[in-house]
Amino acid sequence: MSSLFDLLVAGLATGAIYALVAVGFTLLWQTSQTINFAQGEFVMLPAFLMLAAMHAGAPFWLAIILGILLSMILLGLAFKLLLVDPMMRHGVLPLAIATMALAIGIKESVKQFFSAEASPFPSIAPTGDISILGHAVSLQSIGVLVVAILAVFGLTALLNRTSLGHQMQAAAQNPTVARIIGVPVERMILLTFLINAFLVALASLLITPIYLAKFSSGEVLGQAAFIAAIVGGFNQVRGAIAGGLLIGVLDNLAAAYVSTQYRAAVPMIFLIAVILFRPQGLLGRAEERTV
Amino acid sequence: MISFGKPLKIALGLIAIAALIIVPMNFNRYGLFILSQWAVMSIAAMGLNLTLGYAGQVSLAQGAFVGIGAYAAAIMTTHGWPLPAAILVAIALSFAVGWVLGYPALRVQHHYLAFVTLAFSTLAFLVFRNESWLTGGIYGISNIPRPHVFGLATNKPLPFYYVCLGSLAIVSLAVWWLIRSPWGRAFMALRENPLRAQSLGVDTRRYTLMAFAIGSALGGVAGALYAPLTQYIDPVPFNLSLSLDLLMMVIVGGAGFYFGPFLGAMIAVLLPEWLRFTEGYYLMLYAVAVMLLLIWSPTGILGILDRAMAARRTKAASALRAVAKSRLETVQ
Repeated sequence: MSSLFDLLVAGLATGAIYALVAVGFTLLWQTSQTINFAQGEFVMLPAFLMLAAMHAGAPFWLAIILGILLSMILLGLAFKLLLVDPMMRHGVLPLAIATMALAIGIKESVKQFFSAEASPFPSIAPTGDISILGHAVSLQSIGVLVVAILAVFGLTALLNRTSLGHQMQAAAQNPTVARIIGVPVERMILLTFLINAFLVALASLLITPIYLAKFSSGEVLGQAAFIAAIVGGFNQVRGAIAGGLLIGVLDNLAAAYVSTQYRAAVPMIFLIAVILFRPQGLLGRAEERTV
Repeated sequence: MISFGKPLKIALGLIAIAALIIVPMNFNRYGLFILSQWAVMSIAAMGLNLTLGYAGQVSLAQGAFVGIGAYAAAIMTTHGWPLPAAILVAIALSFAVGWVLGYPALRVQHHYLAFVTLAFSTLAFLVFRNESWLTGGIYGISNIPRPHVFGLATNKPLPFYYVCLGSLAIVSLAVWWLIRSPWGRAFMALRENPLRAQSLGVDTRRYTLMAFAIGSALGGVAGALYAPLTQYIDPVPFNLSLSLDLLMMVIVGGAGFYFGPFLGAMIAVLLPEWLRFTEGYYLMLYAVAVMLLLIWSPTGILGILDRAMAARRTKAASALRAVAKSRLETVQ
């Protein structure tokens, strides 16, 4: 059995990826009340876009850039304009159902146009281990952690320190007042969709070398991000980050200490407990409850 | 809802029932299987429609209840119990579990409730998969017998289709009665305005739990029919996607409309089959069709009809008004 330290490092690495996905998830919820059931598929797709670019002969770095750009166009712009915009005014549930259909659509398209088999995916971090405090830690885990932390810090800085970020927060918290004081709310909402697309593409780049590129891999990921977002606090970016890290660690510890069969149950039970006893999430603020 | 006049409605209903009985008589094995599946899924979707469409409680766990019913039936009938007994146990079990699952609904609403039920759905799947002493684990349970009805064996596809259709008819009548009873009205009051319902003396607590429990019990019935239909069950069909599919059926058909689940199940079960000629593309086309439909009409197929009817009625009313007005003017 691996030591607690190794489990923590591995847990933090996957948790950091969950956090990226969960942050995007909460951003969409805050700005447009979109519960994106296709978020996991959104993480699965960019890896295939990058693979397709590489099959067309592009070098890895170019494929990454192309993949991220394409994701932002498809999963950001097109998703917002074609699906969310026409449905937003009809309430949360129909849109959520439409994203479920979208998830099926993305999965089947990848299966049909690419492959039903799992494909290997190159890692951006070099392979090998380095020694930290006498423990061998894979460079891959470190690379994932570093990139994810940089992305999260970048995003937090954008949201909290720049005028653009303040405008986005205003648009999310009170669109009516934001509009009155001259915030281009529509553009801000679009921006959150683009940021979400960027985050999932990044998560895709980080997680696919570990779990391989497969059309069905979005299911597990989407659920993990879901749980992370709720556990941390549905309406807080920092909540989603904490939730992601927590779920990653919890998942790894559960696999080692509970049982591999029921490892998936631990985050679920945790989720139910959080919703029942602290529905606003560990770090979230209470939302007005519609009776 | 549909204002064709009562005799026409009854005639349409009778034609539909006759068609469901007569047309499949010369269907092949596979066609009958698909139609039986439609009947089973309609029952499960009708249960979810009670919980979601009438009582307004979002549930992402209906698939788990189908699973509970299916395993109850599979375990009991392979141990020699008759199917009706298994169905009763499936109902009781799903009702009890559904009642317990309703408790979170008393505390949290909307998306939070959706997530609690989602988590429950995943937990149920893990139990189906891991408790192999009871459920056979990943190998599942095979050789599930089909019942004898009035001494007749239903091993062949056609007789068993009639079993499914008959069950659908019984459930439909029960639900029809339920939503017209004071309970049904209480459910709708719960959906429209829980606070007002409570102030009018509706025990919202009890009815919320009831909505969950009855909806789940119908999921159990569907499961108890599903097991002898496929004659083999394993955990895979009862994972989260079944719950999502059932939710999609209810919304696509039209949540809160009596006929919504029938139509939704038809779209979800039959449309992919009709699209099979497109080979690998059929699920893709299905997904696109669902999205387009929801963009066009977020209240589902029956929402379109409902709006068309409302528009016609408004038009008729304003025409009447215009006539009345002109008469008034001539009098003056």
